[in-house]
Amino acid sequence: MANVANMPIICVSDLVVGFGDRLVLDHVFLDVHVGEILGLVGGSGSGKSVLLRTIIGLIPKRSGSIEVFGKDLDTLNDSKRHAIRKRWGVLFQHGALFSSLTVLQNVQFAMREFLHLPEHLLAEIAATKLAMVGLPRKDANKFPSELSGGMTKRVALARALALDPEIVFLDEPTSGLDPISAGDFDTLIRTLQQTLGLTVFMVTHDLNSLHMVCDRIAVLADGKIVADGPMSLMLRSEHPWVKSYFRGQRGRLLEHQNPHVQV
Amino acid sequence: MEALTEHPLWPTPVLTRRGTVNTPSPTALLSANRNQGTPGLAASGEWTAVNATKIDQSIAPLFQQPDQAAPQSIDMTGVRSFDTFGAWHLARLVRMLEARGQKPAIVGLADKYKDLFETVRGASADTESLEGRPALSGLAAIGKAMADAWRSFGLLLNMLGAVCDAFLRVAQRPSTFRMTSTVHQVDRVGWQAVPIILLITFLIGSIIAQQGFFHFRKLGADDYVVDMVGILVLREIGVLIVAIMVAGRSGSSYTAELGSMKMREEIDALRTMGFDPVEVLILPRIIALVIALPILTFLGSMSALYGGELVAWIYGGMSPEIFVTRLKEAISITHFKVGMIKAPFMALVIGIVACTEGLKVSGSAESLGLQTTASVVTSIFLVIVLDGLFAIFFASIGM
Repeated sequence: MANVANMPIICVSDLVVGFGDRLVLDHVFLDVHVGEILGLVGGSGSGKSVLLRTIIGLIPKRSGSIEVFGKDLDTLNDSKRHAIRKRWGVLFQHGALFSSLTVLQNVQFAMREFLHLPEHLLAEIAATKLAMVGLPRKDANKFPSELSGGMTKRVALARALALDPEIVFLDEPTSGLDPISAGDFDTLIRTLQQTLGLTVFMVTHDLNSLHMVCDRIAVLADGKIVADGPMSLMLRSEHPWVKSYFRGQRGRLLEHQNPHVQV
Repeated sequence: MEALTEHPLWPTPVLTRRGTVNTPSPTALLSANRNQGTPGLAASGEWTAVNATKIDQSIAPLFQQPDQAAPQSIDMTGVRSFDTFGAWHLARLVRMLEARGQKPAIVGLADKYKDLFETVRGASADTESLEGRPALSGLAAIGKAMADAWRSFGLLLNMLGAVCDAFLRVAQRPSTFRMTSTVHQVDRVGWQAVPIILLITFLIGSIIAQQGFFHFRKLGADDYVVDMVGILVLREIGVLIVAIMVAGRSGSSYTAELGSMKMREEIDALRTMGFDPVEVLILPRIIALVIALPILTFLGSMSALYGGELVAWIYGGMSPEIFVTRLKEAISITHFKVGMIKAPFMALVIGIVACTEGLKVSGSAESLGLQTTASVVTSIFLVIVLDGLFAIFFASIGM
């Protein structure tokens, strides 16, 4: 059973995605292992979000295969595919909260649909989830338009975690947050990942997040994964894009702040 | 790994829609046990999201018999899997027992779940009531609606003032007039609306003529159908139908456009760059409507008369020559003027309402929908009210 434990929870192989005559992902291979936080980086427009959205089935692929929980989503029938979708949660870049529902109702949405719980339990469990992401109880009845950026991300995270998923996809979780909130959010992701035993697939631009929370980093450039490994490997990489990203001015600044990262 | 075989790590989930659980779970999730003479509780099975309702149901009976022996411990050894839902139920069970003055010890909870349990326990400790927003009583709702209506009226006047102000400023410096934008808007609300306006007014004219022949024939008053069609179309129906069509077609699109610009902070961006949104966005739109609506009214009226003439010929047996001769006698230029004078005022009302509602949109997608609906309903209502006021006015000056 030793090799079973090493099986990737998400296995992307030979994936090709394009729009019109533009190839965004050109034969991409990527594995995500159980219980790790994978950070996916790449320049703007390099197809990071496209890769995430293809894995969760929002964008059709041209060829290649994507296996999640050891199953290829293409070969499954609708009900099995839906069952798999309930085992992951997605945090969209701008939260994508339902604007006509309150914060509490947003978190309850999937639970109400799939778990047939009595109303009082539903409210209490949703409030507990909100407390776990650090949102005070008094904000539970606000509408999304009344929330700040940081609060929106927290609610979106609570909603992504509503059904206790095994995988969480985060699309730029710290973008648009001030450094303090972003730092808090990084810590929150780390803590929740450890307590809930989550596997996290994170698309990010934030060098700080990469340093603080990611176990492994994958770099997407020119439609391919050009580097894949821990931070120390990234800092040694000689690929021009990876070099300028991690050892450019801003990268160097962080290196000084985090002396424990060995080069 | 075959696609057909179960993955060893991740068995097919048992969660199905509406929480119907297809796991065979004959054993109770929570039962009373006796551990070395002391009463206790023993949990077993899956304490997870799918079983949340069942866990709740097995906890409830414990609190219906208050004389039951106080459990000293909760044995979690038999629990196979545990998630936040299970943790929340356990935390609540402990809280409920503590509320009865008991101090149960939790034993046998696997180490990997301890963190989770403590986190959830901490997060659910706050039991302050979660009451929703206070429901408005009926009376308060009426009062609020009245206050809103009054405020909306104020906003309309405010917008009218702002548009007049912007117009005067532009009139002093004609080079600042947004010609391109205005022409583009005239194309959208005028030229592109022509086919649908022609079709609708043609049908309305035909229907009026048909009804006229059907009923007037009984009185032998066929000739007066022409009077009715001519006067009705030129004075009232032409301009009213066109104004209602334009309110639904162009007014709603103005509201939606300005509303989404407001949502995405484009209007704030304009303002910070030193542009007046009224001058840049709203004035061209309203001028375009004021230009387009009279033209559409003219085209619509002609189309309605044509429809009437065609019906008179085919259905009423009245030749086109007779129809035209009769029409010349029945109508005068006054009837035509009465219709055309109203058109620009109606355009102004539609434009002002549409732009005001657009700027009222706040952050949510729901408010965009609400304001677009409000824009169409309000502008159609005001157009009809305005038509009534004009009718009184023209009657009193003898037009």
